[in-house]
Amino acid sequence: MAQFTLNVNGSSHQVDVEPDTPILWVLRDHLNLVGTKYGCGIAQCGACTIHLDGMATRACQLQVSMVGNSEITTIEGLSENGDHPVQQAWLEEDVPQCGYCQTGQIMTAVSLLKNNPHPTDEEIEMGMSGNLCRCGTYTRIKKAIKRASNS
Amino acid sequence: MSTFKTKTSRREFIRNVSLGSGGIILSFNWLASCNSTERELMALPNNWYELNGYLKIGENGLATIMSPNPEIGQNVKTSMPMLVAEELDIDWKNVLVEQAPLNVGLFGNWQIAGGSRSIGSSWVPLRQAGATARKMLLMAAASSWSVPIEELTTSNGIITHKASGKSDHYGVFAEKASTLEVPEEVELKELADYKIIGHSKKNVDGKNIVTGKPLFGLDIKEEGMLTAMIVHPPAFGKVLKSFDASSVINMPGIKDVFTINTFNDEDARGWSDITAFNEQVVIVGESTWQVMKAKKALKVVWQNMPKTTIKQAGWGGNATDVSIPTGLESSVDHNKKLNDYSGLPLQTARKDGNPEKAFKEAAKVLERTYTAPFRAHNTMEPMNFFADVTEDRAILSGPVQTPEAAEGSVATRLKMPREKIEVHLSRMGGGFGRRLYGTFVVEAALISQHVKAPIKLVYTREDDMTYGTYRPAYTLKYRAAIDKNNNLTAIHVIGGGIPESPLHENRFPAGAIDNYLAEKWVIPSNITIGAYRAPRSNFNASAEQSFLDELAETLGKDPLEFRLELLKRAQDKPVGERNDYDAKRYAGVLELVKKNAKWGAEDKKDLKRGVAAYYCHQSYVANVVDVRMDGSKPIIDEVFAAVDCGIVVNPDAATNLAEGGTVDGIGTAMYGGLSFVDGMPQQDNFDKYRLIRHHEAPKKVSVDFVKSDIAPTGMGEPPYPPVQAALANAIYSASGKRLYHQPFINELNS
Repeated sequence: MAQFTLNVNGSSHQVDVEPDTPILWVLRDHLNLVGTKYGCGIAQCGACTIHLDGMATRACQLQVSMVGNSEITTIEGLSENGDHPVQQAWLEEDVPQCGYCQTGQIMTAVSLLKNNPHPTDEEIEMGMSGNLCRCGTYTRIKKAIKRASNS
Repeated sequence: MSTFKTKTSRREFIRNVSLGSGGIILSFNWLASCNSTERELMALPNNWYELNGYLKIGENGLATIMSPNPEIGQNVKTSMPMLVAEELDIDWKNVLVEQAPLNVGLFGNWQIAGGSRSIGSSWVPLRQAGATARKMLLMAAASSWSVPIEELTTSNGIITHKASGKSDHYGVFAEKASTLEVPEEVELKELADYKIIGHSKKNVDGKNIVTGKPLFGLDIKEEGMLTAMIVHPPAFGKVLKSFDASSVINMPGIKDVFTINTFNDEDARGWSDITAFNEQVVIVGESTWQVMKAKKALKVVWQNMPKTTIKQAGWGGNATDVSIPTGLESSVDHNKKLNDYSGLPLQTARKDGNPEKAFKEAAKVLERTYTAPFRAHNTMEPMNFFADVTEDRAILSGPVQTPEAAEGSVATRLKMPREKIEVHLSRMGGGFGRRLYGTFVVEAALISQHVKAPIKLVYTREDDMTYGTYRPAYTLKYRAAIDKNNNLTAIHVIGGGIPESPLHENRFPAGAIDNYLAEKWVIPSNITIGAYRAPRSNFNASAEQSFLDELAETLGKDPLEFRLELLKRAQDKPVGERNDYDAKRYAGVLELVKKNAKWGAEDKKDLKRGVAAYYCHQSYVANVVDVRMDGSKPIIDEVFAAVDCGIVVNPDAATNLAEGGTVDGIGTAMYGGLSFVDGMPQQDNFDKYRLIRHHEAPKKVSVDFVKSDIAPTGMGEPPYPPVQAALANAIYSASGKRLYHQPFINELNS
């Protein structure tokens, strides 16, 4: 076990965990931030997507010892009241079915729009292809991203 | 208005208010309570008055409605309370929703997410619950104002007496109403008067989902809770020989390593109990990562399963001995058997006319064989469950589609009466049938009992994929006899599978063919199977509707018109009496998709199209798929879906389900599948098991519903099967290549 100081959603947190612990489990088990989901553990599904210094990152592959002073943003820190334009667009399009993958989808979408504020349909399809949705809400996810991009 | 008697038994249930919100919600309020987006700015009332077990009303006029059924993404947590709210006659903005725990006394035997039946089975009781409460509020108002109840009207939660000009909201009368006897009779609204049913309402959990609030089973956390994982045999046909606890017990955070026997030999297993891997190694520790690491490090020795017989419970309490086949099975061998089952006994499932004679006299016979592999459900949230078991009670909480069956299995295994067991439902990260089999609930209960602490059992993705209740491996062979005048004279279908046949012998085109023979066969297996979204239909539709397409081509007919022609025959002069579909509704969805897709009239340049339709779970869906080929890869431009599911309760949510079912159907047809070598699943995570991804989905899905006044029929499953065939037929139009073996990606690349 070792002590780490993490910068999560704008505040500093101390955790005492093994150095190889993925940030996914530090967030979920130790910081009670459960909006970041476990889906595969091998960076294939995108359910655990967070932002590391603003970049979309798979939390299941990021060991706590690698983070250093980098800024971690989770879905809980994306906006104060769930009113980020992408979250709003998700609600307006009523995207979720089961809802499990959607926080990861939103974190990827926010990052996509940050790098490319007005993506084409194809850019959305390719940019979101790392996030699985077992319920098949892809067409609504695309609509929500286009809505957010126009807002 | 139609008058409904409140049955005596129902009346007792409705009045049994203490069951509605017993002790359970105390420790699990974070799971149960949910504010809809609109509700956030409204103050909660100081007091809630329970009018019946389904709903309570606050002094300020807000209503809390219980949603009884498991929410797996089919939107029942929104659409079921809509039924109550409609008859309560309240503004939807003034409704809060709570997920109800398991309560058979209150909700009867339909607290289950399966068979696309949630809305259909609750259609009358939930509207009745709302109407009953409305009537009690009217009785209270009539008494307070000393006016005849007949002179009172309601609208959006307001009671008005026109003659005296008196008017007030429900909250004013809630306390008094809660003391009244439940009325013997209530009236239900007519379709034309609906203000909520048929009007889209957004997901009541939407805000909590997009902000990452704890909603799912894996999000459960309780004081003193430990994390548990199982280590199960790596192959079907293997059992535990020995394990070395010392290999992991000193690892950081590890508390205990032991084995459990999920079921006792003397207890008969229920339909939802899984027969594989009865003895498992359990690792319990402080945190998820610590247990995951220990799970990888644990030294275990496995051996081949000896001859095994289990007791299987039957209907009416009769248990039968069932022997589990031994041996280590492989897909190479399975595939040989799917293509050559000569020598196996065929069972006749249905015969009309004289098919033998028709085939003997045929000028031409079209014969095609279709196959599909095992499939894992792969819910995005892996199996998990919370359990806190002490000597005198068990608290169980998490994602399960069959809470009542799971409670029964736990009661049997722990020898604990059902009254001492509480089952709470979380929102579920997908179901698709996998969570019908709640053996993980029994495992969680046994682990908690052993370590004498609250635990959360977590399956890794690999556990989830390799310890499943899979969709079986299926085959269907279709034969059609065509006479010298190019008339279809007979159809012969043989459906087989490992270890279940996909045959639906009473489905279309049965009923439209004079000479018809349906036969089936099965090969037993020790690989566990279970219901998978639209069981059997999920392959039956693909094979049947692909064959009809090729048959239409052989007969020189338009594939859509050919189906309509057969359905007209089934409608006007049906063959046989056991046809399970309504030919008129079936033709209705084909007519609707024909109109919406402009079948036969649309010229979409480089796009080619295919059509298919299917009936299952009492509903009808027809698809037209437009594709173009990019080499061997189909680019799916648009899918049209025409749906007849009776009255549509929540249109936008139903549209979402149809869109999702379409994407899932295309994913199933095109990609993925589970294969075995020496009993071991060869795919254990998403790097090896291919699921459809965003860029592979259709660019657009256009959904339309048949306008209907029929009570709601299934919606979760019906949009999934037919699109598989519509896609295959479209790919044929675009590429000239017929597809017979799922996943199609292999056939397209070969």
